[in-house]
Amino acid sequence: MRSQVEGSQAVARAVTLCRPQVVAAYPISPQTHIVESLSDRVRTGELADCEYLLVESEFGAMSACIGASAAGVRSYTATSSQGLLFMAEALFNASGLGLPVVMTVANRAIGAPINIWNDHSDTMAMRDCGWVQLFAESNQRAVDLHLQAFRLAESLSVPVMVCMDGFVLTHAVEEVDLPTQDEVDAFLPRFLPQQQLDPEEPVTIGAMVGPEAFTEVKYLMHAKQLAALDEIPVIAAEFRSRFGRDSGGLVRPYRLEDAETVVVALGSVLGTIEDVVDEMRELGVAIGALGITCFRPWPAAEVRDALHRAARVVVVERAFAVGAGGIVGQNVRDATRGLPLVVHDVVAGLGGRAVTRASLHRLLEDVVADRLDPARLHFLDLDIALVERELTRARGGRRPGPHAESMLREIGTVASGAYD
Amino acid sequence: MFAVRIHGRGGQGAVTAAELLSVAAFDEGLHAQAFPTFGSERTGAPVVSFCRIDTRPIRSHEPVAEPDALVVQDPTLLHQVDVFAGLKPDGFLVVNTSATLDQLGLAELVETLTPEHVVAVPATDIAREHLGRPLPNAPLLGALAALTGQVSLSSVTDAIRDRFPGQVGEGNAHAAEAAYEHVLTTMRRLTDA
Repeated sequence: MRSQVEGSQAVARAVTLCRPQVVAAYPISPQTHIVESLSDRVRTGELADCEYLLVESEFGAMSACIGASAAGVRSYTATSSQGLLFMAEALFNASGLGLPVVMTVANRAIGAPINIWNDHSDTMAMRDCGWVQLFAESNQRAVDLHLQAFRLAESLSVPVMVCMDGFVLTHAVEEVDLPTQDEVDAFLPRFLPQQQLDPEEPVTIGAMVGPEAFTEVKYLMHAKQLAALDEIPVIAAEFRSRFGRDSGGLVRPYRLEDAETVVVALGSVLGTIEDVVDEMRELGVAIGALGITCFRPWPAAEVRDALHRAARVVVVERAFAVGAGGIVGQNVRDATRGLPLVVHDVVAGLGGRAVTRASLHRLLEDVVADRLDPARLHFLDLDIALVERELTRARGGRRPGPHAESMLREIGTVASGAYD
Repeated sequence: MFAVRIHGRGGQGAVTAAELLSVAAFDEGLHAQAFPTFGSERTGAPVVSFCRIDTRPIRSHEPVAEPDALVVQDPTLLHQVDVFAGLKPDGFLVVNTSATLDQLGLAELVETLTPEHVVAVPATDIAREHLGRPLPNAPLLGALAALTGQVSLSSVTDAIRDRFPGQVGEGNAHAAEAAYEHVLTTMRRLTDA
């Protein structure tokens, strides 16, 4: 049924429809509304046969999910930002053990400086932890991806995280078509664990493995992730036939047919990018967009296929590898190796800075006119004058003090405000 | 596309107002999107929320920089925040005040706007009367509906009653109705003059 609902409430409802048996979570902004809502749904009995564990930390949340999943029950958690990092060790355990935990990440920046707003630094920091990473561009897709995430996780016995932009999506009230319980039950069968701790038939899960087999165990992890590249489109096709919506899959091409310039991005910025693509198409610019729905495993062949006719690729990403460059950009460059195209890395929307149509227009006009140096990492809307003033100031004394606080003073912001 | 920006202070219901407006539009078969800007939540701190209404699905998630309508829930914000940034010349303006816009020092700005697109509403007083609490958001929604015609009054009051069952919803719905009437009366006086 279509309803006008907050993203977090829609996701909580979708997770409820997936009938998790254990939800273990620790609250952190902007994930809070999701887990509050789930806790309420367990209390009222809307989410039946489920134990909600309010644990002492994110490390505890993921550890509880690992235990519950190993005991053979469908397990779910959600987190953001520092909470995801606090789980880091347990994330590798969940994937190393091949446990099909599903987690929502309400994407948020990583401090310091402390910042509660949206970017992708959290999930990008954990991109190599062995979890499947799916990115939602709208609340409808976030709902749909959760259904597909449980299905994927359990069919391959791998953990899956669904990444949705914190605040931008989690706190946005949008139209969402929520499926019925019967529809979800028909799409997502009962959880049949591929491994289970059972006192009747005791097994060990998580034994020490030495040099004699560690490589082989890791090789199998990699092979299973690559198998997800085949499984994800199959699940998306079945989803489409049951729910009548194109959702999920590996990548989402937009107006690529004759596009010479292609913008690659993940998450909620894609909607704004598609609007800009339409506006530039009106002006006769051959431009398109490629949304990456599945970032891990990395769909190299699909990305290469989607980009092979392009002359310029602009990767707009809400995170970067400090001291190295773009993260998605590196992967795109790898996927398009040997093709006659130029890849620009653009860092945008860090710590909640809005990625606006106006800024994207300026950027893409520069790209199309070959005014942007592809050898350099580009920061969208960077206040270079502020940076230079701070560098000048910091050169002035023996102990110049912290940058962040003096830059805030420089722009006249006492306490941080997202809108001034 | 019709884009609304609401400026208020934490606790005045700016975020709820944008959400209710989006629900009212959705109930009329339109597409709508509401979202706030977020800070570390503090009562009294400046808050901004947005609502987009369109006949087509809305894909963009950027903040509203050039609103078609602006709602100012607290006139003391005028000294603190550039609330009028990006307001289109044919845009709508609703200000919560029991004073006149001249008295608020807005005469110069109002000159640049279409006269029948601008209204001052004593929303806090109306809320006190109908609700017993100084929460201006529901009456301001009623005023916005009257001024812009983007959504009907009944959609607004339905959205309010749906969100707040019982006495609270009734009081807010009545406050919205009173503010709606206030704006219609003000506009009639303007056209008669």
